[in-house]
Amino acid sequence: MSEQGGKIQYHFIKMRFLLLALCLLVVSAEKTAWSASLIKVDGSSTVYPITEAVVEEFQMQHPKVRVTVGISGTGGGFKKFCHGEIDISEASRPIKPSEVALCRDNKIEYIEIPVAYDGLAVMVHPKNNWTGSMTVKELKKLWEPAAQQKITRWSQIRSGWPDKEIHLFGPGVDSGTYDYFTEAVVGKEHSSRGDFTASEDDNVLVQGIATDPLALGFFGLAYYESNQDRLKLVAIDDENPKNGKGPILARSETIMNGTYQPLARPIFIYVSAKSAHRPEIKAFVQFYLTAGRPLVQEVGYIPLKDKVYDLALNRFLKQTVGSVFLGQGSQVGVSLETLLATEAKK
Amino acid sequence: MTIISQQVKRNKTYEGILQGVLFLCGSLSVLTTLGIVVVLIFETIAFFREVSLLEFLTDSQWTPLFDDKHFGILSLLSGTFLTSMIAILVAMPVGLLSAIYLSEYASTKVRSWVKPTLEVLAGIPTVVYGYFALLFVTPLLQTFIPSLSGFNAFGPGIVMGIMIIPMVSSLSEDAMYAVPQRLREAACALGSSKLQVSLRVVVPAAFSGIAASFLLAISRAIGETMIVVIASGQQPRLTLNPLVPIETMTAYIVQVSMGDTPTGTIEYKTIFAVGMVLFLSTLILNLLSQWIRERFQEKYE
Amino acid sequence: MKPTHSEIQKLLAARQRIERIFKAVAVLTLVIAIGTLAVLLIDSLADGINRLSLQFLTSYPSRRPQQAGILSALVGTIYLMILTALLALPVGIGAAIYLEEYAKHHWFSRIIEVNISNLAGVPSIIYGLLGLELFVRTLGLDRSLLSGALTMSLLVLPIIIITVREALRAVPTSVREASYALGASRWQTIWHQVLPIAFPGILTGSILAFSRAIGEAAPLIMIGALTYIAFLPDSLLAPFSVLPIQIFNWVSRPQKGFAENAAAGIIVLLIVLLMMNAIAVYLRHRYQKKVYL
Repeated sequence: MSEQGGKIQYHFIKMRFLLLALCLLVVSAEKTAWSASLIKVDGSSTVYPITEAVVEEFQMQHPKVRVTVGISGTGGGFKKFCHGEIDISEASRPIKPSEVALCRDNKIEYIEIPVAYDGLAVMVHPKNNWTGSMTVKELKKLWEPAAQQKITRWSQIRSGWPDKEIHLFGPGVDSGTYDYFTEAVVGKEHSSRGDFTASEDDNVLVQGIATDPLALGFFGLAYYESNQDRLKLVAIDDENPKNGKGPILARSETIMNGTYQPLARPIFIYVSAKSAHRPEIKAFVQFYLTAGRPLVQEVGYIPLKDKVYDLALNRFLKQTVGSVFLGQGSQVGVSLETLLATEAKK
Repeated sequence: MTIISQQVKRNKTYEGILQGVLFLCGSLSVLTTLGIVVVLIFETIAFFREVSLLEFLTDSQWTPLFDDKHFGILSLLSGTFLTSMIAILVAMPVGLLSAIYLSEYASTKVRSWVKPTLEVLAGIPTVVYGYFALLFVTPLLQTFIPSLSGFNAFGPGIVMGIMIIPMVSSLSEDAMYAVPQRLREAACALGSSKLQVSLRVVVPAAFSGIAASFLLAISRAIGETMIVVIASGQQPRLTLNPLVPIETMTAYIVQVSMGDTPTGTIEYKTIFAVGMVLFLSTLILNLLSQWIRERFQEKYE
Repeated sequence: MKPTHSEIQKLLAARQRIERIFKAVAVLTLVIAIGTLAVLLIDSLADGINRLSLQFLTSYPSRRPQQAGILSALVGTIYLMILTALLALPVGIGAAIYLEEYAKHHWFSRIIEVNISNLAGVPSIIYGLLGLELFVRTLGLDRSLLSGALTMSLLVLPIIIITVREALRAVPTSVREASYALGASRWQTIWHQVLPIAFPGILTGSILAFSRAIGEAAPLIMIGALTYIAFLPDSLLAPFSVLPIQIFNWVSRPQKGFAENAAAGIIVLLIVLLMMNAIAVYLRHRYQKKVYL
């Protein structure tokens, strides 16, 4: 009988919890006042580390403001942004036409703000002593769709290189990094061979290249910087004498001054025009573009030139909506400075 | 008399309300399915406006994210099939054997710590299993099979199998534990060894429970996401070779929905088309198993 | 033809040998399974134990690995689990009772059964899609603890229903019949007789279900669980984060210190899991009744 009693007691305890939960529900339904000073950020996992650093510092100076950051991906972030569910969308590429249309349909206006450069580094194993540099043409030969199953040995890329197998590594085909690389190297987005080891997690790629002397891969520069002892950087020659002669190594200086091309891309945040009126969001974005500059480097990205930051800040303060990329998605080799300056003059 | 009939009446209404409430609980699952179908169906129809069903079912390549687009689901299906098969080949024998051991042979003391330990296996986050498969199991296997590539179906398949062992063993064991003692005693009285009692009397008696656990395990293997996302690779290909990178349906869905695809594009719609296929495959599997179970259900009294 | 004494001896010896082999094989498979678990745990422990400290448990995420902690993720996970249990257990047990005791052979029950088995195999990310559309958007619950708990409840409901049904099925009919014979109503029979006997099985099912739920990241990311959150959820409608998401994020960061953080996070997650399991196992032990007939 005592076991029966114990069982019934358990049920009653469960009932009490249920009641408690219901009370919480009622109480919390009223407690939405604080959500007014909540800033919701979501989007690209590439931009995330910068935003995290900025939010960390920002909240120390403005403890009453709450900021949350998600990583649903650039596409996922835009989807939520264009439904009005978040205030700021992080993007590793400019907004695309279909997203422009979605925002327009939902009457969401956006202010596009570049926040940093992300460098794409091409890497090989340290024991690889024949690849010091590559031209963009050679990269294209290696990565274009026609190369699938055909270009499989180092000697096929450049004569004089060893007749050994080449093992390729790269980011997943649904990432902004991959998109940008294919556009920059092959000339068309999503256009590459399919027989390479792909992973969304760049650390996995690091592991793959660092343990294979015949490997070649590309991914974000930040991951090279944390693994310099296990990887060897390949200098890229874009054969364009106008911006730096010869092969250039990816470094923050070369990316900042635009000589490391075409494998450097700007990354952005998009602020909803409606939210931009709120004082805490104004303060946050201003903080991002001023105190955020040294933080960018701290987390492994390349800061924009001061002038570009100032132009971007200006753009925000003037609440200029729309994209300087005319909603066409990412473009290779454009100068942010030129684009923003042209727009500011209008 | 009237007091009793009043009581009976009150009981009846009380019962009626209770039955109604419980009915609602049960129907929730139907509502969930409807919800999932609704969420999937619109985009799936939109997908098939642009891609023919024939191409979807017969093309041997799956490259919707590349410039040269192919939409053949067979590659993803073979990836899912391969990893699930390996998982089940690991989980079913191990699960059943451990269940028999725990239920029939092990002492209460051994059972009291082995059973919870196995249940911990079920609770390890799949993310952890994924990295375990990628960074530990695959390199270990590579020492025996040098041609095993970094991403493959073999390592994650084994790890998935280990993950679903507790499902099979715990549930089978509960089913076997509930077989009335007198059945065992009767068999022993007739001169059967313990093994014969276990395999010829208990297991068949508990068959419906064991079959339920197998079903759950297979469903779990097919629907498993993170382990294959991390360790199987992202190269959809039509193959039965477990040593090369592949991509499963679930991994593809994760890849695209957490990636860079904008809404409204054909690439985005593939999420829903693949989701629909996944949903339908588990449905067919379940209908089949239902039928099998119904034929073999035994009740002992 | 009666077998001779030596023939019987030989047969018995053969039988015993097979028994021994069977036992050995069974134990071996158990050892492999548990051994893998041990390897996994030791591996994680080795990587992360140094990082485990009070500071780690009480700090919020940060860009500096040494300062980053899992407080928001840990609290989020615990709240989410409690909420999911409160939502899913009553409904799951209710549904199982209905299917098993009330409407066993009804045509609609068949449909419900097929539905449930099907839902058990649907990948978690599809629940994420459903949760996003239904709870976040249509019901306007935004990306809150409640949306997360509702989504996770839908996810674990099929598992609970299936396992509880099996537990109910295992209760001998004679118990029910005896109860009816004494004049009890159906509900009285269920509440006072069937459920207490089935209780351990119900607990097993719950353990399996919530073990699954605690490690899920993908559906929660879809409904908007966050990666960076520097405050604790203070209501059901508050935003939140969970441990698997935090771990997942740390594993993919370039700085080495984050890998250690991830390992330490895994250890914490496992400890929470073990505590949950321990409570359920204790309860199961206390109420396990072997039915003698």
